[in-house]
Amino acid sequence: MSVLVFLDQSEGHIKKSSFEAANYGARVAQQLGVTAEGIVLGNITDDVASLGKYGLKKVHTVKNDTLDHLDAQVFTNVIAQAVAATGATVVVFSNNLNGKSIAPRLSAKLKAGLVSGAIALPDTSNGFVVKKNVFSGKAFANIAVNTAVKIIALSPNSFNITTTDGTAEVAAFAATVDAPKVTVTAINKIVGEVPLSEAELVVSGGRGLKGPENWGLVTDLAKLIGAATACSRPVADIGWRPHHEHVGQTGLAIAPNLYFAIGISGSIQHLAGVNRSKVIVVINKDPEAPFFKAADYGIVGDAFEVMPKIIEAVRKLKGA
Amino acid sequence: MKILVCISKTPDTTAKIAFSDNNTKFAADGVQWIINPYDEWYALVRAIELKEADPSTVIHLVTVGGADTEPIIRKALALGGDEAIRINADIHDSFYIASQIAEVAKTGSYDLIFTGKETIDYNGSSIGGMVAELLSLPYVSLATKFDLANSVATIVREIDGGEETDTVSLPLVVSCQKGMAEQRIPNMKGIMGARSKPLKVQEPVAADALTSVVAFDLPPAKAGVKLVSPDTPEELVRLLHEEAKVF
Repeated sequence: MSVLVFLDQSEGHIKKSSFEAANYGARVAQQLGVTAEGIVLGNITDDVASLGKYGLKKVHTVKNDTLDHLDAQVFTNVIAQAVAATGATVVVFSNNLNGKSIAPRLSAKLKAGLVSGAIALPDTSNGFVVKKNVFSGKAFANIAVNTAVKIIALSPNSFNITTTDGTAEVAAFAATVDAPKVTVTAINKIVGEVPLSEAELVVSGGRGLKGPENWGLVTDLAKLIGAATACSRPVADIGWRPHHEHVGQTGLAIAPNLYFAIGISGSIQHLAGVNRSKVIVVINKDPEAPFFKAADYGIVGDAFEVMPKIIEAVRKLKGA
Repeated sequence: MKILVCISKTPDTTAKIAFSDNNTKFAADGVQWIINPYDEWYALVRAIELKEADPSTVIHLVTVGGADTEPIIRKALALGGDEAIRINADIHDSFYIASQIAEVAKTGSYDLIFTGKETIDYNGSSIGGMVAELLSLPYVSLATKFDLANSVATIVREIDGGEETDTVSLPLVVSCQKGMAEQRIPNMKGIMGARSKPLKVQEPVAADALTSVVAFDLPPAKAGVKLVSPDTPEELVRLLHEEAKVF
C-alpha cells in the first residue's frame, strides 16, 4: 500500500506544482499510515532524490525519450502500471494543465474515483471525502470517493508546503511504453516571464489603464516583486495584451498569494478566475467598482497618480 | 466526417450560488440556465466552422440530463448541428456521464469528439479524458486552435508558460477553450430550423458512479476591504509587506 504522486516535469525539471503535490501526497500517506512514492516520466536532469524533503520515500523514474512529451494515453498506461506495481491506493496529481489531461484518463482506466481541483487533505473519519472548488471558486463541494483506488488532482497553490530532512530512494521503473499517437511539432514558451499558472504573485491591469503604452505601471511593479502579469478579458480582446494573460471565467483561473488589480472593475466573470487568491488588492478610481467587495486592500484613486508612488515605495523597500 | 459535440447545461455565469436540502443540492430556483460557455463558444462553434468549410460534415450534439435540458440543446441546435441526442438520466458523477457519452460515441462512430475544457459548475475538466480512455482514443486537452487536413488534426494546446503544437490522426477527443472560435448569436433562421431538427431521447446504459457529493459549502465572507488613502499609497506597500506579508 502506498500513495503514488505523479511528478510533472518540463525539459528535465520537476514543476513547482508537483512539489506541492508530493508534499500533499506525503501528508495523505501519513494520514493513512502508508508511504508516499513518486513517479517521474521522461529524461530528468533534476536530482530527484532530493524530493525526499517533501516526504517522498521513493521516486520511480521511467527514462524514455517518448515520455519527454505528453501523450495522455501513453502516460496513463505507464502510471497504471506503476499503480499496480506499488499497490497504490491513492494517486495524487497536480491539477495543472498536464494533470487535467492525465488524471481523468487514469480514473476511467482504473475505475478509480477522481476529485479534480482538490483544496484540502481528505477527511478519512467517515469514508474518504475531499473538498474541491466548484462554481468557479464561488463554492466548495465535499466529494466522497467510493472506490478502492482514489485519485486526487490538487488545485495548484492551495496547500502549504512543509519540508523536512530526507532523501528519497531512486529506482528505475521498468514499464511498457506504447508508441505515442500525439506528435509534438512545436513548443513555444514565453521566456523570461513567470508562468501565470505557477505564479505566487500576480499584477494585473484592466481597461482603466487606457492603453498598452501605460502597461509599465503593471510590468514595473511585477518586475520589482517577481510577479507574473495578467489582464482582464476586454484588454486581451482589444489586443493590448496577449491572450495567455487573460484571467477570469473564460481565461485562466488562478489562486496566487497576491492578486494586485489595477483599473479592473471586477465583473462577476473576472472574479470567477481570481476569487481564490489569498490577498486581493484593488486600485480603482470608481468607489462603486464591485471588485472592492472582494478585495482585502484597496485604494480609491487614479492609477496614474497612485501607481508611480507605489512602485517607488516598493523600490525603496526592495533596495533596488 | 462526423463530429460529436458534448453539451452541458450550467447555471448562468451571474447566477447566485446557494444550496438547499441541508447543503446537498444546488438551489436551482430562479436560476437562468445556459449552455456551458466552453461547450458553446469553443467546441460547438469550432465544429460549425469545420462544417462550413466542408459541408459534408455531420454534427451531432449529445447531452446527459432530464427533459429540463431540452431548451439548452434546442438553443445549441439553433447555433448549428444536425441532430441532438439526450441521454435521459440524472447526473451522478463525471464517470457516469462519460460512460453515457462513450456509449453514444461507440454506436455513432465519430471521427472527432469535442468537449468544452470544463463546465463552469463542477469545474471537473474530466469528461473529455474519461471519454477518450473509455474509447481508447488519443486526447488533446485545453486546445486553443484546431485545424484539419487529410484526417490529420493540427492542434495548439496550452502548456505551462506557453503553447505546444500537436499533430494527431483522427479519430480523437479534444477539449476546447478560448482561442478555438468566437462566440456566435443564433439567428432567426437557426432558431426556426432548430425546432424541426431531430432530438432523440435515449435511455442510459448501466454505469457506475465512482464519487458522490456529500455536501456543499460556501466560502467564508470576506472581512471587508481595508482602504488606504490615495494620498499615502506607500501605506499600502507597508501593509502588504508587514501585515499581509506577501512580499
